[in-house]
Amino acid sequence: MLTIGLTHYLVLSAIVFTIGLYGALSKRNAVVILMSIELMFNAVNIAFVAVSRFLPPTAGSPPINLSGQVFALFVITVAAAEASVALAIILAIYRARKTVSIDDLNLMKW
Amino acid sequence: MLWLVPALPLLAFVLITAFLRRPQMLAAYVSILAIAISFVISLATLFRGMSAPAGWRVESIVPFFTIGPMRVELSTFVDGLGAVMLVVVTLVSMLVQIYSTGYMVEHGEMDPGFSRFFSYLSLFTCSMLLLVLANNFFQLFVGWELVGLCSYLLVGFWYFKPEAADAAKKAFITTRFGDLGFLIGILFVFAFTQSFSFADVTEAVKSNAIPPTWLTVTMVLLFCGAIGKSAQFPLHVWLPDAMEGPTPVSALIHAATMVAAGVYMVARLFELFESAPTAAAVVAWIGGITAIFAATHGLVMRDIKRVLAYSTVSQLGYMMMALGVGGLAAGTFHLTTHAFFKALLFLGSGSVIHGSGVQDMFFLGGLGRRMPITKWTFLVGSLALAGVFPFAGFWSKDDILSSAFNSGNYALGVIGIVTAFMTAFYIFRAYFLTFSGEPRPDWVDPDVFHGADAPKPMIDVAHADPVAAVAYEPNAYYAATHGPAGDPHAAHAELAHAEAASAHQGAGTEASSAAEHGAAHGGHGHLARGAHLAHESGPAMTLPLVVLAIFATFVGFVGAPQAGNPFGRFVTGETAAEGMNYALAGGTLILALIAIFWAWSWYGRGAFVREPLTALGPVYVMVARRYYLDDLYNWMIGVFILGFSQVLAWFDKNVVDGVVNLVGWITRVIGDAISRTETGREPNYALAVFGGIAVIVFVLLNYAVVR
Amino acid sequence: MAPSFVEPLVFYALSALLVIGALAVVFLPRIIHAALSLVVFFVGIAGVFILLQAEFIAAAQIIIYAGAITVLVLFAVMLTQRSASPESNPFNTQGLIASVVAAALFVALLAGITTLAGTSTIGIDMDLTPALGTLMLGQWVLPFEIASVLLLAALIGAVVIAKEN
Repeated sequence: MLTIGLTHYLVLSAIVFTIGLYGALSKRNAVVILMSIELMFNAVNIAFVAVSRFLPPTAGSPPINLSGQVFALFVITVAAAEASVALAIILAIYRARKTVSIDDLNLMKW
Repeated sequence: MLWLVPALPLLAFVLITAFLRRPQMLAAYVSILAIAISFVISLATLFRGMSAPAGWRVESIVPFFTIGPMRVELSTFVDGLGAVMLVVVTLVSMLVQIYSTGYMVEHGEMDPGFSRFFSYLSLFTCSMLLLVLANNFFQLFVGWELVGLCSYLLVGFWYFKPEAADAAKKAFITTRFGDLGFLIGILFVFAFTQSFSFADVTEAVKSNAIPPTWLTVTMVLLFCGAIGKSAQFPLHVWLPDAMEGPTPVSALIHAATMVAAGVYMVARLFELFESAPTAAAVVAWIGGITAIFAATHGLVMRDIKRVLAYSTVSQLGYMMMALGVGGLAAGTFHLTTHAFFKALLFLGSGSVIHGSGVQDMFFLGGLGRRMPITKWTFLVGSLALAGVFPFAGFWSKDDILSSAFNSGNYALGVIGIVTAFMTAFYIFRAYFLTFSGEPRPDWVDPDVFHGADAPKPMIDVAHADPVAAVAYEPNAYYAATHGPAGDPHAAHAELAHAEAASAHQGAGTEASSAAEHGAAHGGHGHLARGAHLAHESGPAMTLPLVVLAIFATFVGFVGAPQAGNPFGRFVTGETAAEGMNYALAGGTLILALIAIFWAWSWYGRGAFVREPLTALGPVYVMVARRYYLDDLYNWMIGVFILGFSQVLAWFDKNVVDGVVNLVGWITRVIGDAISRTETGREPNYALAVFGGIAVIVFVLLNYAVVR
Repeated sequence: MAPSFVEPLVFYALSALLVIGALAVVFLPRIIHAALSLVVFFVGIAGVFILLQAEFIAAAQIIIYAGAITVLVLFAVMLTQRSASPESNPFNTQGLIASVVAAALFVALLAGITTLAGTSTIGIDMDLTPALGTLMLGQWVLPFEIASVLLLAALIGAVVIAKEN
């Protein structure tokens, strides 16, 4: 318990991911869903970086395998792009329908 | 060379159907030429066979196809029996076709279906010859069905007449019942012997390859085909109604050839029947019962053709009886003689109908003076049928009766003797009613109508008492279900003008069809009706009558036991052991003469006023109504076949369609259910995605990851 | 060197912060409160990164997440709020099933985590940022460039979508 290992970080990541998932599935406000998705992204980032930190390194100059950190960086980038586009969409929907409650957005119903 | 025999009529059929509809007489010539050449070849074959040693046969086979053990071949196979049949079929067919060139012409106008008639006759002849030349069940069955088809076509030749169309259907369907048993029998044969060929099957039976019970069942099933085709009891009902067809058809098909196919089949398979004594007994008894049963009908019929029809049924029963008790020579001999004298009688009756326009014998009479050739040839035929020495029937009938007694079947023999008595009686009743005395066109039944308000005959008898009405109708059953015999007022005027303008059911169906044909030609071509206006027929008709009369007189001698029965030897290959049973022959001859005298006293002295047999009252009615068999069959069809059809229809509509509808319904329900998942709401979709992910993760962790 | 109890202490504190922050985002009734607790969460994540010796990532996290994305979210919240109602962060109709699915996934993840093999804890003193830079512009240069194109596309796309008229 005292020695923090990979398992701790991964459990933390799982907890945060689950909370974010629950929020993404069960909230009505689209912005809140977006925020929950950000939670999930960050949880995943924790997992990546933790794995990169704790895995035995490949042969080569960096003493640890940095692929995880690279990937986390890219996740941040893409998340930023995605958040901006998503919020733009939400704004557009709000302008068209005066609501961001996803319960009301069921035009694709059969 | 033998293959030409069926091929030439087939060629004639094709030619006439394709090219020769218009030049009608040319059609007749082509057809007659084809059959004449076939006849010559058949005759040559017969002569070759007669001078050949015993056990002679000619066989040539053309294989068609083979599927596994089943070999289908086309064969021309001739032995003694086959050669005789070939000559009989081609000769009678040729004579009938020559006769038809005269018969199908009404006062110089040909029947509109003239060339169609000859094409059908050619097709029929080809089919019959195919049947005779078969050496395997397959070809036999093919020929069998083809002659059935031709019978349908020819009986319903005047298809615009509802009775003719119905009669054709009845003939075909009734024989179909028999053919079903026949087909099952053939399949049984194949199941046991893996072959269709007669030679293989005979060998298998001789070597006991088939268990006896199964053999009996198979032979009885095969005999079912003969029951249908040869009009044995209980499937005899189609033959009297088949008289709706033209008389040459009746002569050829329903006297000499097609109905003989059943007898020929039993003769062909004679060795098989010998090995199954129970089946042979079935054959004999059905034959005997048919013989006497049909003879009783002949006593009460008023239509001359129907007397002959029931006579044919009865004589076929004789032949079956003979074959059943082991008299192969006797049965085939009677087949040959019967072909000649029955064809003669039918053609003679056709001459009567053609000349007088009347079929009901109560309205005939006195034709002896007006149609001498017809009268004398008909007399010869009657004597032959009655079995009077020295005509043909005497020898063959005697042969049959002695076979019955010699094999110990005394009951059948007695049945045969009683039938012979009735045969002589009814045929001479017909002869005397038709040819002796004076014509009776105005005959009125004195028991029914009294006084001046008696309606004119030939029309209103339906309103009279049922006895007369029923026996009057040439087609009693048809009239009973389709209403009385026609409109009295129109027929009143008709008779008053002594000309036929419209068709009636009541006054002889064939004559009425000719009259209808006359009306169809715009009113001219009046057919004068009545025995008093009768005239002798032309040479096209009388010449075949004379030829047949010669045969009916002399052909009996080839089977005479005193001469060593050359016919029997030729057909069976064995020498007949017995000599002539003079007591039997003499006894039956005396009985026949008594019957003839009795018929003369009732019908022949010009004293005919009423039918004496009506004194039998309800018995007479029952026989005239053909023992209500037609009613029974109609009821059975209504209840069983139509009832069963209702069940099947219900099944089809509810179960089969129900299953199909069920599939559609299920599809729709499932579709409805699944389309509910498309809510258009994002959280639902996301839920589904993550639910799936949870499952996948679980599966991967547990089953895919190596621990 | 820090005493050995420091690292676990910091870790658990940060974990608590993160979990509470996440729960706050999901469960707080007012959306503006949820947005602000999101900021707390982001900062906590940065702390975790530092704990994992990924300083550059931590810095990027603060700049991008706690800086830019937070502002974006706040803008969205303010622009789409119809009224300052107390109940602006409601749950939708499938809350119950969602909790079941989330729990199932959590259990699955835990099962996966516990099956992992042992790990190595290595003390690292050096600065990893240059190595990271070398990798980014060396081995991973293609994704790097594509990511920049992606950002460009997102930028243009967001402007186009959110334009008024």
